[in-house]
Amino acid sequence: MKFGIVVSEGPYTHQASDSAYNFVKAALAKGHEVARVFFYHDGVNVGTRLSVPPQDDRQIQEQWTALAKEHDLDLVICIAAAQRRGLLDQNEADRQGKDANNIAEGFRISGLGQLIEMGIQCDRTITFGD
Amino acid sequence: MSEVKKFLYVNRKAPYGTIYAQESLEVVLIGAAFDQDVSMAFLDDGVFQLTKGQDTKEAGLKNFSPTFRALGDYEVTKLYVEQESLDERGLTLDDLQDIQYEDEDDDYAEKPSIIVVSRAGMADVMADQDVVLSF
Repeated sequence: MKFGIVVSEGPYTHQASDSAYNFVKAALAKGHEVARVFFYHDGVNVGTRLSVPPQDDRQIQEQWTALAKEHDLDLVICIAAAQRRGLLDQNEADRQGKDANNIAEGFRISGLGQLIEMGIQCDRTITFGD
Repeated sequence: MSEVKKFLYVNRKAPYGTIYAQESLEVVLIGAAFDQDVSMAFLDDGVFQLTKGQDTKEAGLKNFSPTFRALGDYEVTKLYVEQESLDERGLTLDDLQDIQYEDEDDDYAEKPSIIVVSRAGMADVMADQDVVLSF
């Protein structure tokens, strides 16, 4: 089955991104396809490479980056939600005149159209949120 | 993309206090460009999103409630509102904005977009969808 995943809550405050991660891993292990993971609302904060969680805790962003690398996952951060919350890639930083970018490897910033397209193309769209 | 799917946007939160309602509306407006069969559902505190007379000036927040009246222009014409959620909050249809759309199949007659359904009816609406996005 082809899954599309929505993550709509931020890391650590909510378990949503952990549950999504576990689901995606399990689905891939069962031979399913995960066409895209779309990060929306505070979920976009999963994609910052500047988070430094305690060493004895899970490293949520690094987990996603590693999983994306292993399975060639498409991790998409919503641009509108990201701009509000200070998530920028170099392109956006240049365009908005900001002095830094903070997107982690394996993530890309794109529009809400990617969420709708995912819903159209996938057999199931599953939201992990509150 | 010729495939048309039934999309339902489920709104469960009050319009202010959190950003869910506002960012849900942003998805609906962008999604309209994809020519899908779109419905919206309002339940729990989500029914407050449609109330008339919203004034956010003192709170310093953007009042996005007029956008609901423009949804018809985006061919979003089915706004399902759960009766029990209204009842539990002391609201009636009269407390909600008068949201209409022009029916192009009926000489552009103005028709109400809001459809009040029971909780059981809302379950049927949800079961009928291909994609349910919950906010």
